[in-house]
Amino acid sequence: MPLIKNDRFIDDPWTHVGLEDSLPSSGDIIVPYARLLKEWDALTRHDGRLGVVFTNIDRVEALSLFLPRLALIALPFPSFTDGRAYSLARQIRETGFAGELRASGNVLPDQLQFMRQVGFDAFEVTERFAPEVWLGASRRMSLAYQRGLYRPAGEAEVWSERHRDAEPWLEQPHAG
Amino acid sequence: MYRYDEFDYQFVRDRTAQFADQARRRLAGELTEDEFRPLRLMNGLYLQLHAYMLRIAIPYGTLSSRQMRQLAMIARRWDKNYGHFTTRQNIQFNWIKLEDTPEILAALADVEMHAIQTSGNCIRNVTTDQWAGAAADEIADPRPVAELIRQWSSLHPEFSYLPRKFKIAVTGAPNDRAAVKVHDIGLRLHKNDKGEAGWEVIVGGGLGRTPLIGVTVREFLPQHELIAYLEAIMRVYNLYGRRDNKYKARIKILVHELGPEKFRAEVEAEYARRPKQETEVEERELARIAAYFAPPQFERLPRWSPRFEEARLANPAFARWVRTNVAAHFADGYAIANISLKPEGGIPGDATSEQMELVADLAERHSFSEIRVSHAQNLVLPHVKRDDLFDLWQALSGAGLAASNLGLAGDIIACPGLDYCTLATARSIPVAQAISRKFADYDRQQDIGPLKINISGCINACGHHHVGHIGILGLDKKGEEYYQITLGGSSATSASIGQIIGPGFAGHDVPDAIEKILDTYLKHRQPGEEFLAAYRRLGAQPFKEALYAAH
Ligand code: SF4
Repeated sequence: MPLIKNDRFIDDPWTHVGLEDSLPSSGDIIVPYARLLKEWDALTRHDGRLGVVFTNIDRVEALSLFLPRLALIALPFPSFTDGRAYSLARQIRETGFAGELRASGNVLPDQLQFMRQVGFDAFEVTERFAPEVWLGASRRMSLAYQRGLYRPAGEAEVWSERHRDAEPWLEQPHAG
Repeated sequence: MYRYDEFDYQFVRDRTAQFADQARRRLAGELTEDEFRPLRLMNGLYLQLHAYMLRIAIPYGTLSSRQMRQLAMIARRWDKNYGHFTTRQNIQFNWIKLEDTPEILAALADVEMHAIQTSGNCIRNVTTDQWAGAAADEIADPRPVAELIRQWSSLHPEFSYLPRKFKIAVTGAPNDRAAVKVHDIGLRLHKNDKGEAGWEVIVGGGLGRTPLIGVTVREFLPQHELIAYLEAIMRVYNLYGRRDNKYKARIKILVHELGPEKFRAEVEAEYARRPKQETEVEERELARIAAYFAPPQFERLPRWSPRFEEARLANPAFARWVRTNVAAHFADGYAIANISLKPEGGIPGDATSEQMELVADLAERHSFSEIRVSHAQNLVLPHVKRDDLFDLWQALSGAGLAASNLGLAGDIIACPGLDYCTLATARSIPVAQAISRKFADYDRQQDIGPLKINISGCINACGHHHVGHIGILGLDKKGEEYYQITLGGSSATSASIGQIIGPGFAGHDVPDAIEKILDTYLKHRQPGEEFLAAYRRLGAQPFKEALYAAH
């Protein structure tokens, strides 16, 4: 499945390892959250970076213990109309997580800009849309009213622009 | 009134270009209808029974003359020369072609308007008191905060794929004309002893299948915390609102299932957990917006207008209109003039292009070019000199816009129903028309007094029948339309949900049933007692007897 990272198509260096799959001896792996809970000790000794698939029904507080060791969190979209992962993404970024935040599942080009604004920086996408559609659709809006968002397409933050001499906005950790 | 700056203009231009591209991809078959649906809905475009319907946002119901003229132009050029003002202070056009929408959106952008988030599972156009900034009873104009919320909620990346639609209403007056207790979030302004403004935050009200009155989660939220607190509420809803059943997906169900205490605790926990930010920018932004809503330059006038009083004495029809359609303004010598879009036998909320243009002209001449749309589907000229009321009324009379029935039996609220809507189970417009004809007589309406009749064409309750003093819900029984009647609803400060009075009626029997209900009221009322008060005192029994007793 093609992967977009930081606005470019790249080869995915990560391998998804399911609940029952045997662990590869090395390499960057993404495991389900349930496996993280079960095999945490073994996983901390794994030779390679560690990522997790965190679902919409898990609560972000549950991740705090694991966060320092995680380099990637994938949030699946069971359907493109299911918006829970947008809030989860922001919550995860608000904990200070600076690793890769990946959107997977049913993702559409016209949603990429919002996803990037809430802190996603990588997208598992389908080949149903041409690469230029994927990349183009994620930069349609040149500004946003909300503050404290990520602005990977250089979106102007309207309220801050209007009041440039006000107190600076607290810095947020940057994605990816 | 608020005016766009370069950023606001750029925002609607970007959005229009984005939608033009999406519509092109849909027409070229690159997007499926399923994929396109949420995109078009977030731009106000519905697929109805006969054509596309475009719903245009009228933020907090405030329009300028220039904007009204543009709406008239759109109706003439791309629709059938009329538009329909809705119960959410918006306007919709019922006969739109998909290919035309980018051009229409561009025409709207020219006059600082758009159709963003008038449908879809996102934060909808924020509504408020139609008399905001004019009413004599107001603490402060709620529109600056409504505009702040409009901007904040526009294309909010976190809250554009919510479990269900989300409606916010704001009021700055103790007499609630914005129905804040039956919205997903209702905000009500209070002032503390120090004179500081704060908001009572009411969550989880709503109509539809499960009508519920909202619960107060904060009694007094300091104004500068508003946006951050709204984000916490929205996040709790976005994460935990039900997505398995669209009829249980509104925030009212979440509040109900968790219980108000648990829900409040979740919101407060989320609010406390998020990194606190400086709110100086929000405060400055609110101050910037508020400057646009400074009251217009009212002349210093005596309270008493001889010209007005003479006209009222000389002309009984004018006196009748004044009695029902004119409300108190805070400035001496001024009045709020309400224009009823409910002529006898008419379609509630419809206006032709010519009528819109006339109202635009009259607003320019008499009301600082300002017009309001009310959730009762009427129009308002908020700042008219009492001296000018007679001229205004004459001009309105010539265009079929002088119905003297505001707040009376003829001022019926009705959704489009089966004549337009794909979800409808019955028609609502013909029922409204029949009732309107039956009670057309002014003296009879006056005698009955304040009355709200609300009609919905299905259980989704867009006609707000649950909060009508008399509510009428159109249903379908084995292919026959029939109508269930509820009594005792109200969306005012002491809000209540109407109770079903008994078995339903066929459409042609509804006007007679309403008549029986009102005759019962007239028979039992105490001096000065309005319908709602009488119903609350008497209970359902006498009305049941009148409707269902064997003859
Ligand atoms: S109440 Fe039902 S019929 Fe009326 S507009 Fe809403 S969905 Fe359509």
